[in-house]
Amino acid sequence: MKPFTYERAADAKAAVKAVAENPGAKFLAGGTNLLDLMKLEIETPTHLVDVGRLPFAGIEATDEGGLRIGGAMTNAKLAAHPKVRELYPVLARAILAGASGQLRNKATTAGNLLQRTRCDYFYDTAKPCNKREPGSGCSAIGGPGGYGAIFGASEACIATHTSDMAVALTALDASVETMTPDGGARTIKVEALHRLPGASPQVETDLAAGELITAVVLPPPPAGGQAYAKVRDRASYAHGLAMVAVAGGRVAFGAVAHKPWRAEKAEAALAAGASAAEAASAEVAGADADDRRAHKIALVRRLAAATIEDAGSAR
Amino acid sequence: MTSVRDWAEPNPVTENRGGVIGKGVDRYEGALKVTGTAPYAYDTVAPSPPAIGVLVTATIPRGRVTSVDTAAAEAAPGVQLVWTHLNVPAQAPRGTRANPRSQRASNPALGSDRVEYYGQSVAFVVADTFENARAAAELVKVAYAAEPAVVDFMASFDQATLPPDEEDVHIGDFHGAFAAAPVTIDETYFSPIQNHVQMEPCATIAWWEGDKVTVHTSIQMVKGGQHALAETLAIPSSDVHLLTRYIGGGFGGKGQPYDDLILSALAARALKRPVKVAYTRQQMFHGTIHRPAVDMRVRLGAEPNGRLTAFAVEATTHCARAATFTEHAANFSRNLYAAPNRLTGHRLVRMDLPHAGPMRAPGEAPGMLSLECAMDELAEKLGLDPIELRIRNEPDIDPETGKPFSIRQLVRCMTEGAQRFGWERRNPVPGQVRDGRWMVGMGMAAAIRGNFLLPAKAGVRIDAGGIITLRQGMTDIGTGTYTILAQITAETLGVPLGHVRVEIGDSDFPPAPGSGGQFGAATAGSAAFEAGMNLRRALTELAVGDPNSPLYGGPAEYVTFENGVIAIENRSETLAALVGRAAPDGIYVEGSISPAADARDYSQHTYGAHFAEVGVNQVTGEVRLRKMFGVFAAGRILNAKTAKSQITGGMIWGVGTALTEVNAVDPRFGSFVNQDMAEYLAPVHADIVDLDAMFLDEADDKANPMGIKGVGELGIAGAGAAIANAIYNATGVRLRDYPMTPDKVLAGLMAKGL
Ligand SMILES: Cc1cc2nc3c(=O)[nH]c(=O)nc-3n(C[C@H](O)[C@H](O)[C@H](O)COP(=O)(O)OP(=O)(O)OC[C@H]3O[C@@H](n4cnc5c(N)ncnc54)[C@H](O)[C@@H]3O)c2cc1C
Ligand code: SF4
Repeated sequence: MKPFTYERAADAKAAVKAVAENPGAKFLAGGTNLLDLMKLEIETPTHLVDVGRLPFAGIEATDEGGLRIGGAMTNAKLAAHPKVRELYPVLARAILAGASGQLRNKATTAGNLLQRTRCDYFYDTAKPCNKREPGSGCSAIGGPGGYGAIFGASEACIATHTSDMAVALTALDASVETMTPDGGARTIKVEALHRLPGASPQVETDLAAGELITAVVLPPPPAGGQAYAKVRDRASYAHGLAMVAVAGGRVAFGAVAHKPWRAEKAEAALAAGASAAEAASAEVAGADADDRRAHKIALVRRLAAATIEDAGSAR
Repeated sequence: MTSVRDWAEPNPVTENRGGVIGKGVDRYEGALKVTGTAPYAYDTVAPSPPAIGVLVTATIPRGRVTSVDTAAAEAAPGVQLVWTHLNVPAQAPRGTRANPRSQRASNPALGSDRVEYYGQSVAFVVADTFENARAAAELVKVAYAAEPAVVDFMASFDQATLPPDEEDVHIGDFHGAFAAAPVTIDETYFSPIQNHVQMEPCATIAWWEGDKVTVHTSIQMVKGGQHALAETLAIPSSDVHLLTRYIGGGFGGKGQPYDDLILSALAARALKRPVKVAYTRQQMFHGTIHRPAVDMRVRLGAEPNGRLTAFAVEATTHCARAATFTEHAANFSRNLYAAPNRLTGHRLVRMDLPHAGPMRAPGEAPGMLSLECAMDELAEKLGLDPIELRIRNEPDIDPETGKPFSIRQLVRCMTEGAQRFGWERRNPVPGQVRDGRWMVGMGMAAAIRGNFLLPAKAGVRIDAGGIITLRQGMTDIGTGTYTILAQITAETLGVPLGHVRVEIGDSDFPPAPGSGGQFGAATAGSAAFEAGMNLRRALTELAVGDPNSPLYGGPAEYVTFENGVIAIENRSETLAALVGRAAPDGIYVEGSISPAADARDYSQHTYGAHFAEVGVNQVTGEVRLRKMFGVFAAGRILNAKTAKSQITGGMIWGVGTALTEVNAVDPRFGSFVNQDMAEYLAPVHADIVDLDAMFLDEADDKANPMGIKGVGELGIAGAGAAIANAIYNATGVRLRDYPMTPDKVLAGLMAKGL
C-alpha cells in the first residue's frame, strides 16, 4: 500500500472541496472495495477523505411517496429497513444476495454503486488492463474466462459491473443526488450514472472529480410485482454470473455490461403484451454473441424469463 | 523386529479404562486459534524487532532473467538489502545433500537466472517495515528473455511419458476381456488444477545467535524443514532450530519448505537482526504447489450379472519440468473392486507451470472422481442399484496383490449409510423428482484411502507434581494432533487429561515425520503410546523398588495406573507423591515406533461411503447440495469430535471439488487466473447444509498397537463423485468434467431440451 494521508470530513461541503481540489484524493466510505484495491496498489490515492460518518446515513420518506436513502447508509441497514422490505422487496433481496454479512455491515449505498469490476485481470497488476492502466491492453479479451459483458462491450474492455443493489435500483428507476464540486446539487438517474467502456474504460461514471453522492432517491413503488434473481457459482459470498431485477414493468440485468443494464427491449415487449420468454428473448437478441459468451446469453435469457414470471409482470 | 501379532495384545489404550480414548475432547489449542492469540510463525515475537522481507516474483513461465535494476529499490526508504540471483549469498546447489541422512535436500532461493515457472522468486527486498519493503519491491525492474513454455495441459498429451521408475500394472488380459465383455463403459473424466488456499500463508521469522539459527515457520514436517534449511545454507542441522507451533492449515501444501524459510534465515544472518517473510495471498497460488489436473480414462467390462471381468484406470497428469511428483490417481483403484483382468497406470506431462504437489488425499481425491462415476454409469447400464453393483464386486482378498485385508468394512459402510441416508427414496430413473424449479437427485460413491505407519519417536516426562509432558517433533496443522496426543498419553498413563501437556513443533524434540498422507495420528500417536508405556515401566520400577512406597516389593505385574494413582490392589499412592519423593527431578523417557516386519503382508486401508442429495436449478444450471451423509471405517477413533471434523471437512472439500474449485491456466501468460479467495471458490457455509458423518466401530490390530488409522484424507476420497452421480440422477445429464459449474450443467440441460 502506498503512503496516504487521511481526514475525516466535517461536513459534505468540506469533503467535496477536499477531493475536488486534490487530484490524488478519494472519498472513503466503508472501505470494503477501496482499501482492498489500495492494498493491491490498483488504486493509489495519496489522500483519503472519510465520508462514512457524514450525517447522511439515514432514510426518509419523500413528498412524492418514495424514499430518500442516505449515501452513507450501510447495505445491511438498508436491506433490513421495514419500509424497504415492504415496498421495495426487490432492493432488499438484491442487497442480501451480495457479498457477505460482514461486508454488508460496512458497505454503503454510495460505495456499493461505485464498486469497481471484479475482472480477474483488473486485479492482477502483472497483466495489461486498460481500466487499470489506460492503453496497456485488455487481458480479458482472448483469456480463458467466459463471463465478460454481453451488452455494450468495447474493444478496450469487456468488464462487467457486478453490484447487485444497482440492478434493483435500475429496475426501480432510482436516482442519485449529488453535491457537485461547486457546492451545487444535481440528480442523475441510476441507469445513467455509469458509462459503457468505449475507448476509456477507466472512466466509469459521469460524476465529476469530487462530486459526492449524498442520497439515492426511490420513486413510489411501481404497480405490479417485484422479483430478484442471481446466479452464482456457490450459494453465498460470490459475485453474480448474471442477475435480473424486475419491478412492475421495468427490467434490469446485472453482470452483463459495464453498467447495470436496463432491459428496455424486454420492457417494451412486456408493455406490448409479450410473454416472459418473449420479452427475455427480445432483450438478448441484441446481445454481443461469440462462442465464449453464447452460454451466458442463454443463461440471461432463461433467468430473465423466469424472474419476469416470478414477478407476474407478463400478461 | 515387531510383528503385527504383538500389537494384538490388550494395552491401556485398547482397554480404555479411563474412557479418554474416543471422547469428543475440545481442541487443545482451539481457544487460542479462534481468539487470535495463538502465535503463528509470523506473529512470533523475536528477541529484537524484525526487518521484513518481500518477494519479487517472475512474470514469465520460462526463460532467463537478463537484467535486474535494483537501484531505485536500494535507494527507497528503509531498505536494508535487495537480493537477486546475482548477489544472494552462496547456497548449496539444488538437490544436493551434504548429509546423506537428511530428509530433504538443498533448495536454494534465487539460485540462478533461470525462470522455471510464473511466480518463481526472482528478487528479494528487506526493509524496516512491510510497507517500505513492499514499496521497494515494486521498484525492482526485472527484464527477461522468455522461452517457449508448455503450459496447456490438454494440448500437451503427446508429450506424456511414464513417470520415473514406474510401469503400468497388468494383471490377466485386460484387452481381451474388455473386447469380450457383454457390457462395457469407456469414459474419460477430468479434474482440474486446484489450490490448497490454507488460511495461513507460508511465513517464517528467523534470527541467529552465533552460528545457530532459530526459525519459526509454517511447515508440516519439522525434520524436513530443518534439514532443507541446513543443507541449503551448508550448515549442520544441529545449528538449525526449527519451530512450528501453530499452523493455519497445510493440506499437503506445506509439506515442503519454500523461499520464506531460506531467505529469512539468509537475510537475518546478513543483517544480524531477525527477519520475517510471508507470502502474500496472491503469491501463494503460484509460489507454492497445487494439485495438478488429471485426465482419467476408465474402462469397465462386466457380465450381465454385474461381475467385472475387465478393469482399467489410466491417469494422465502433469508436474513441473524439473520435478518428479506424480499424482497417483489410479493407485486407489488397485485395491477397490474385484476383477480378474486389470490395467492401471499413469502418464506424466512435464510442464512449465508452478510445481504440482501433494494436496489432501493425493491420488484418491481426483482419482475417485472417475471410477466412482464410471461405476454409477455401469450400474445404470446393467439395471443394478449402484450399491448392489459394488457389493457384487467386493473382493475377498486384495484384487491386485492377493493379500488378505487387515479389516475391510466397505460393504457395511454402504449398507449402513444407505439406511441412515434414506437411499430407498432414490428414484433410479433420472430426471423424475422436482421441487419447483429444482430437479432433485441422489448419488453415492465408495471411499478408500491407504493407511500408513512411519517410524517416529516421542519423549515423555513426569515432574515432581505429577504433571506429564509429551514432547515430539510433530505438527498440528489444524487436525487435532495436540489433542489426540494428550488423550493417548493420559490413557496410557492412567491420568486425567488435565495432567497432560503436549509440546510439539520443535526440531529439538524426538522426531516424528509430521502431518501428511493421513499417517500423522497413527505414527506420532503410536510413538507417544510407546513412550507412555516406557514411562509406566519406569514408574513401576521406581515404586516397587522404593522402600518408602506402599508398592514396595511388587509384584510389578500387578501394578495399575488409574486416575493419577499407581496401585497394586489396595496399596496405592498418587504419581505426584511417588515422583515427588523418589525422583524429585522428574523422569524422562522416550519411545519409538516403526512398521511391523509383517505389516506389508496385509492390504490395509480406510473405507467409507458417501451419499449426496442435490438440487439442480432447471433454469440456471446451478447445483446446490441438499444433504450429504458419510459412513466411514477407519480403525479406532481417538476423538469423536476432531475425527468427525476431519472427515466432514474432507467431505466439504468433495463438495468444492464437484461444484466450484478450479484454477484455470491462462496459456498466454502461463499463470493461474484465480489469485485470491474471492475468486478461487471453496465452499462457504451456505453451500453446506445438512452434512454429517459417522464412524463404524472398528479396531485394526494390524495397523499399530492402538488399532487406529488415519482419518484426515478419507473424507474427500469419492465425495465429489457422489455429488456428480446425484446431478445425473437429478437431471439425466452426465458430466465428466469437474467442477460442475452452472455453465456446464446448463449446456447439458439445454442439450436435453430442458
Ligand atoms: C469478497 C467480496 C465479495 C463481494 N461480493 C459482492 C456481491 O456479490 N455483490 C455486490 O454487489 N457487491 C459485492 N462486493 C462489493 C461490495 O458490495 C462493495 O465492496 C461495497 O458495496 C463498497 O461499499 P463501501 O462503502 O465499502 O465503498 P468504499 O470501498 O469505501 O468505496 C468504493 C468507491 O466509492 C467511492 N465513494 C464512496 N462513497 C462515496 C460517496 N458518498 N460519493 C462518491 N464516491 C464515493 C470511493 O471513493 C470508492 O471509489 C463484494 C466485495 C468483496 C470484498
Ligand atoms: S475487461 Fe476491462 S477490466 Fe478486464 S482486463 Fe480488460 S480492460 Fe481490464
